[in-house]
Amino acid sequence: MNDATNPLLENLNALAVGLSLLTAFGIVAMRQARACLNLFIMQSLLLAASAALLGLRYDSLHLYGVAVVNLISKPIIVPWLLRKTSPAEIYTRREIDQVLNIPTALLIALALAVGAYFVGIPLANAVAPEFRGPNVPIGIAVLLLGAFTLTVRREALSLLIGLLVMENGAFLAGIAIARDLGMLVELAIATDGLVIVFIMGVLVRAVQKQIGTTAVGALASLKETRATPEPDQARS
Amino acid sequence: MLDRILFNVLQAAVVLIFAPLASGVLSRLKEMVQSKRGPSILQPYRDLWKLFHKDEIVSEDSSWIFRFAPYVIFVTPIFVALLIPVLTRYPLFFAFMGDMLGGGFVLALGGFFATLAAVDTANPYGPIGASRTRMVGFLAEPVFMIVFFTVSFVAGSTIPYIVQQKWITPLANFFMPSHVLLVLAFVMLILAEGGRLPVDNPTGHFELAMIDESKSLEYSGRGFALVKWGGQMKFFVLLCIFLNVLLTPWGLANEQTYAAVLSAIPLLLFKVFCFLLVLVVIESSLSKLRLFRIAEFLGAAFITSVAAMVAQVFSP
Repeated sequence: MNDATNPLLENLNALAVGLSLLTAFGIVAMRQARACLNLFIMQSLLLAASAALLGLRYDSLHLYGVAVVNLISKPIIVPWLLRKTSPAEIYTRREIDQVLNIPTALLIALALAVGAYFVGIPLANAVAPEFRGPNVPIGIAVLLLGAFTLTVRREALSLLIGLLVMENGAFLAGIAIARDLGMLVELAIATDGLVIVFIMGVLVRAVQKQIGTTAVGALASLKETRATPEPDQARS
Repeated sequence: MLDRILFNVLQAAVVLIFAPLASGVLSRLKEMVQSKRGPSILQPYRDLWKLFHKDEIVSEDSSWIFRFAPYVIFVTPIFVALLIPVLTRYPLFFAFMGDMLGGGFVLALGGFFATLAAVDTANPYGPIGASRTRMVGFLAEPVFMIVFFTVSFVAGSTIPYIVQQKWITPLANFFMPSHVLLVLAFVMLILAEGGRLPVDNPTGHFELAMIDESKSLEYSGRGFALVKWGGQMKFFVLLCIFLNVLLTPWGLANEQTYAAVLSAIPLLLFKVFCFLLVLVVIESSLSKLRLFRIAEFLGAAFITSVAAMVAQVFSP
């Protein structure tokens, strides 16, 4: 690898990582589950691109493997699994009752992303200089944004996507630090993610069947609590 | 020295002359997308000609601001055109009178007087449009700030002539995440500030839904011509800043000769035309946002610009 192409590859990698941060913001803000899913697919493609570019940059066959695994599992199999398991109706529903309104959520997300700097930079400085890059801090920012999505969303599918965004963030940071992880581990993680999606999808379907909605934010109280006033009614 | 002053004047003249053409081309392209024939691309010139030959009516209840505002609206984009790279790669005579922030302030001055004049006449629609424009304006302000901060952070300067070189030397810098994200944020700003479609419908004739147009409802004759021409020039200047400083800093004159500077004009027009094609696609595929969703649109622009900053900070 000659030196002349290195800044280009590094900048392209940084671009892929930066755009995936943008998609993470988008997932926090989007109302529709389908838009969330599309953004997640885009983010996974960017993650695969980042892995491939890093692989090209460092001549690492392993990172190509990560890119291929990501390319197959997340943008293709995850949406397919979700379509198979969860009912089609929830994709088009708009989520109106978020915990926070969208501008507030976005501002907090911004604070989180900026806060990731204080976690990410020491971590990036701890590893060898040639591993430094935007991947680690932005990966952590994406991880935090995924966790934030988990806390503000009240729709089952968006929650699942928040979880997957967290995994993407961990991957983004991971491919920069652990460049020669065993292929077996990568495959195991990818399969793990798919199993999670499958189980969550089935769970969403079950919730939908039982309650008729997937707005899990409304499921704060149990049915029994409503039955308690009954003795009063019987007395009166 | 004299050459540089002449080039600078030429630069302002290019903005003055070709701004109506750009808006004519844009409206023609939009009509063509909608399978209509549309007006000629020279229609804005004919409109201006017609308006300059009509009588002007000024309400006797209006103050001097109403009469003064068209001139401010007309002159401010010309001032900005003196500061920014329109045709040349090297700084011209007035280039160091102000940086990008200075240009932003001068443009904001025109917007301020337009707002004042709209409130001045007590026409019920004027203040509605004026307050809405202010709303869009103050939501766009933080985005402008972050964009400028990030630009100065990356390039080490806010003088546009220095900034434009940063993105292409070496060419790999063009793909810096902060650059691409800044470009995205600036496109959204152009849509908001230029009163383009997801924020405002420039072809709408329904006064209650207007944002930008209703400020000039009370004007007639020469005043209206100046306001209209000023608006077109403001849009053209924004396009020039976007294209020559951020997106495509190529095709500008390198040598200080008349041939080089003059041959930069068709290249600039070509770039503007290409961007107008993109703009038409954006405008034709989006519908106008409800008024209170504009905050979310500009929030997205804000997020994009902050992501640009974050990406720059996070790349050691």
